[in-house]
Amino acid sequence: MASRLWASKAASYLKISTFNRGFASVVKDLKYAESHEWVKVDGKSCTIGITDHAQDHLGDVVYVELPEVGAAVTQGSSFGAVESVKATSDINSPVSGKVVEVNEELTGEPGLVNGSPYENGWIIKVEISDANEVNNLMDSEQYSKFCEEEDKH
Amino acid sequence: MATRKVGLPLMNVISMKGVPILQQLEIEECLLRTSSDNWCIINDGTNKPNIVMGISGKPSELVEIKPVIEDKIPVIRRFTGGGTVIVDDGTIFVSFICNKDSVPDVQPYPRPIMSWSSLLYSKVFHGIADFKLRENDYVFGVRKFGGNAQSITKNRWIHHTSFLWDYKTRNMSYLKVPKRAPDYRLARDHLDFICPMKDYLSRSDFIDKTIEAARSHFSLASSDPPSNFEFTPTSKLLTKQELEAALIKTH
Repeated sequence: MASRLWASKAASYLKISTFNRGFASVVKDLKYAESHEWVKVDGKSCTIGITDHAQDHLGDVVYVELPEVGAAVTQGSSFGAVESVKATSDINSPVSGKVVEVNEELTGEPGLVNGSPYENGWIIKVEISDANEVNNLMDSEQYSKFCEEEDKH
Repeated sequence: MATRKVGLPLMNVISMKGVPILQQLEIEECLLRTSSDNWCIINDGTNKPNIVMGISGKPSELVEIKPVIEDKIPVIRRFTGGGTVIVDDGTIFVSFICNKDSVPDVQPYPRPIMSWSSLLYSKVFHGIADFKLRENDYVFGVRKFGGNAQSITKNRWIHHTSFLWDYKTRNMSYLKVPKRAPDYRLARDHLDFICPMKDYLSRSDFIDKTIEAARSHFSLASSDPPSNFEFTPTSKLLTKQELEAALIKTH
């Protein structure tokens, strides 16, 4: 990850056009949304973040707008945002439910989303209201293919 | 002004002049979030000086708060990312709101959108000036004349720009040199870093050429700005109390 980051920064300094990394990492047991969020389901609870593909395409995250604990989230709808480069980008929830915890570390260290998108860069934890919704999401293999197709354009 | 070209996606063009920047931002966010059309919004100058920070902007870091409070300069935190600008009647605003499916060759991420915008504006300045996209700014040579910001939702995005057609030197002193500055700035203060567009072309020429450049991507139709929209915008004017609290933080 570090050498890829260096190469990308060097290319940027030299103003060389780069293609994004060929294959962003995916984690096998997670589920994935087309808007590039992942969810780790654990019974009635889950943890949500953005994928390695997303953080790579967004660039260095400098700010994360977190929801309030207790807020309702709906599958496919925005619950927060990340700021990177000059953009705010919506983060959409892969499931419906209620926010039970937010990752406060991201306030002081938003770069965790880039450096550790599937672990320390988690964004919210949710109490799921409809477990069946997880069936609408992609597994790791489907998501990898989805990303490959998207990056062809 | 409806000049339909078969096959190009439709874009509605709103032309305004002297509209307050907070109102412009509210219109933009409403259209981004509640419309399914493509839009180009042009505001030829805003009615009075305003400081506009990005979504995560902290006034204690970005603004000389004491003179701003004394001189009653409004400070706004907008819904898009990016840095801090001071805008007035010499600023020309151009905003593009697009469905990602209307520009399918542009991945809905910050850098591809930024590149797409620079191709559009390179048509505007072709033969007029040494225009480049430098990091995330529009420059003539090494001097910035246009600042960009974006907001990206699931299926749509906005890319908006404040162009320095002209500016008042005195107003730049309300802004601090930001901690997060582009590398090419090289610690220059504002007046050594920016340049006015007026040395290169007139306001009306710039607006006409921008519309012409947009026409190569979209079929354009004139439109009025929306009114009475049922939407709660997130751009907000900071209160005096908030600025005073930020001033305490700097001490």
